[in-house]
Amino acid sequence: MGALLDVKGLTVEFATRRGTVQAVKRVDLEVARGETVGIVGESGSGKSVTSYAVMRILDRAGRIADGSVAFSGLDLRAADERGMSDLRGREISMIFQNPRMALNPIRKVGRQIEDVLRRHAIAGSMDARARTIAMLEQVRIANPEERYHAYPFELSGGMCQRIVIALALACRPQLLIADEPTTGLDVTTQKAVMDLVTELTRARGMATILITHDLGLAATYCDRVVVMRQGEVVETAPAAQVFAAPQDPYTRRLMRATPRPGATLRGLLPEGTPAPPAMRAPVAGAGAPLLRVEGLVKEYPRQGTSRTWRQILGGGAPADAAPFRAVDGLSFEIRRGESLGLVGESGCGKSTTSMMVMRLTDPTAGRIVLGEDDIGAIPARRFAASPHRRRIQMVFQDPTDSLNPRFTALRAIADPLMRMGGLKGRDAIRARCEALAELVGLPLDLLDRFPHQLSGGQKARVGIARAIALEPELVILDEPTAALDVSVQAVVLNLLEDLKSKLGMSYLFVSHDLHVVRLLCDRVIVMRQGRIVEAGSAEAVLEAPQAAYTRELIAAIPHPPAGGKAVRASESVADARDPSAG
Amino acid sequence: MRTLARRLVTIVPTLFGVVIVTFLLTRVLPGDPAAYFAGPTADQASIEQIRTALGLDRPLPVQFAAYVRDLATGNLGNALSTGQPVLSELATRLPASAELTLGALILSMAVAIPLGILAAVREGSLIDHACRVVTTAGVSLPVFFTGLLFVYLFYYLLGWAPAPVGRLDVYLSEPPRITGFLTLDSLLAGDLEVVRAALAQLALPAATLALFSLAPIARMTRASMLSVLSSEFVRTARAAGLKPRTVVLTYAFRNAMLPVVTTLGMVFSFLLGANVLVEKVFAWPGIGSFAVEALIQSDYAPVQGFVLAMALLYVALNLAIDLIYGLIDPRVRLDA
Repeated sequence: MGALLDVKGLTVEFATRRGTVQAVKRVDLEVARGETVGIVGESGSGKSVTSYAVMRILDRAGRIADGSVAFSGLDLRAADERGMSDLRGREISMIFQNPRMALNPIRKVGRQIEDVLRRHAIAGSMDARARTIAMLEQVRIANPEERYHAYPFELSGGMCQRIVIALALACRPQLLIADEPTTGLDVTTQKAVMDLVTELTRARGMATILITHDLGLAATYCDRVVVMRQGEVVETAPAAQVFAAPQDPYTRRLMRATPRPGATLRGLLPEGTPAPPAMRAPVAGAGAPLLRVEGLVKEYPRQGTSRTWRQILGGGAPADAAPFRAVDGLSFEIRRGESLGLVGESGCGKSTTSMMVMRLTDPTAGRIVLGEDDIGAIPARRFAASPHRRRIQMVFQDPTDSLNPRFTALRAIADPLMRMGGLKGRDAIRARCEALAELVGLPLDLLDRFPHQLSGGQKARVGIARAIALEPELVILDEPTAALDVSVQAVVLNLLEDLKSKLGMSYLFVSHDLHVVRLLCDRVIVMRQGRIVEAGSAEAVLEAPQAAYTRELIAAIPHPPAGGKAVRASESVADARDPSAG
Repeated sequence: MRTLARRLVTIVPTLFGVVIVTFLLTRVLPGDPAAYFAGPTADQASIEQIRTALGLDRPLPVQFAAYVRDLATGNLGNALSTGQPVLSELATRLPASAELTLGALILSMAVAIPLGILAAVREGSLIDHACRVVTTAGVSLPVFFTGLLFVYLFYYLLGWAPAPVGRLDVYLSEPPRITGFLTLDSLLAGDLEVVRAALAQLALPAATLALFSLAPIARMTRASMLSVLSSEFVRTARAAGLKPRTVVLTYAFRNAMLPVVTTLGMVFSFLLGANVLVEKVFAWPGIGSFAVEALIQSDYAPVQGFVLAMALLYVALNLAIDLIYGLIDPRVRLDA
């Protein structure tokens, strides 16, 4: 029996302003029936483009330049658009990252699934609705009759992804292409979604291509892994083998850079990287408390009409709605020279907390004391003009969006210096910026470039340089590496660690990634629904979690090297023995 | 319904502002109505006498109170030039303008929206370029020029169109007034001959205006469609194998409609006020030419009435657009 999907020598070209660019170069890919193949690579590796080429949904600028794509013996390159459109959704379907964006925002989700069913004549006008609801049930959506009428914006990210899965599997295709299906979802949601996909595809004997940047995810859920880099396949091997004994140097580097249990911060860097001199600079008053947060509360009014309007119009929502507590009585401390990790899933209040400590929003109650000064008492509106402003700085989540697109790197770094540094004169500012650039490892010739001319890692360095320009005592890091590739993340994390010891700063590190937090932080706070679930040293919390929620979080993280295939094998054995074990 | 009620409440301050502005606007306009009314040969004493008779010598707040009182009773004053009450003048002229503008807008939409969609779907193709040429030409030719060109071509040379004089052939009798729209009224009266005649009169001026308004609608449709077509949910729809027709119309176009509806509202309000030239060319008894004449003669009351009527219309229009928004986009419905 031949392979279900057989891609040979696939080359995809994009017409750009600077001429033709080959995004995918001579890629070979084979997927057997019922097999799960992972395509792993960093951004720009061509992993998504490969799948779009197979589906023939490349955008206008892209075209398949060379190679062959055969699906069940059918030549997809030669198929006409009509034939392809019949195939899509019925034989091959896709699920995408960012599920909320992947759904039509103004069409009921049930109708969207129905559209697909009716298009491929799986259901007629009589039974389309019943089948849709059955499909919603299969992807474990509670109250499917009600959810049928929901719009995407009324559902959570995880629910939206279930809808997208239902849409993709509605016509029982033979091949599912999942393009970063869990990026942007919480770990526990990720686990639920991936388990659901695995279960449904296995039950239907479907083949799956899982496209991901996350080696751990690929290891846990795939039979075979294809590693791509800059449009080329560098390694293809059974999952367990890739992780146990990676052959290609690039795969090995990728493996090393992935934060995982047992890894050290330095260990993430490529082999042979000279270790920076271990210099624990004498931190003035190290160990003394720097930031003290007591009983921090942030309430938001419930959505709906404001009270004034209710009074004018009469009636309206009853005044019962107690305000929503995003942060509910939080107390913690950060000592000088210490890194505190703030971990939790989306909506747990960690970002709200960091915004309050940063003094960008006002707390409803509670105290924020920096050193000896009660900075929580200064309204956020006026904090920008406060002398304490320079003592707390922040590195933002998205290195691109947090830089002014019309400012050069130099101008971005100089901004705080000019506003608060009291530095006068072009030369003095330039000299200081160059010193900062050197400190964060940004080549000096990049200083005059604009953000769009810099890579993700370089932009992250600019953001860091800007945050440390005023030598703050506390830096708030809000998921500073979430948008970066693992290899870049490894470098940036190391840079942050070096800077901390060099400049004697303290960090408040906000993240959803427990592994990253463990690498960088001394102590960890796990948050849920605005409260602290568990707090302690990073080692203790991760190695021996006390709270059930922490254990759940840790269990949800896909673990790479333990052997992907091995886990699956033992799982299926367990399945066979005890049906309830799944 | 609750949304509607809430939205209506927000109109009150707007209306109040409009009343103040219309009142003040005419007071600061140059020209002395008393002097105009008295005639060129009048001496200072008779001008003063007329000023007192018109109440123009009293302090502004008092004049304003009188103005508001009159408004409340539906009294917009008399047009000095014709001697007719402004309200009745507006009542006959506003529907004429509205019919013309609406006709033009419908015509324009019927051409511009499909054109914009096609231009977006086949970006860079012949039809895309054709769309650009047509819309640019339409917007760059002044309306009085295209109007005259149409008259010359279709009335004088080809004889397809009736004489460009007013809304209806003088030999036909007007249908009983219900909506003020001749086409609708005659249709309601079941008089098909009048319907045909009214449509024939409407065709050229409406086409003239429509040509002018093609550009914003077609351009906005194209731009909005382009951005929606490259969005992720359209990719999902394509990856699910939905027919191109479904993807473009049901998925993309409905999402692309929001900015188009906004543009439509803007185009409508701007056409309504700016069609003076077309009204002049086609001797259309509309509100635009009426207001301009009143303005030239420093005739307060009709100008005030015109501005007030326009403002009310804009407010109603914006309300309608907001409601249409809610129909199109469930997210707007939620936080309206």
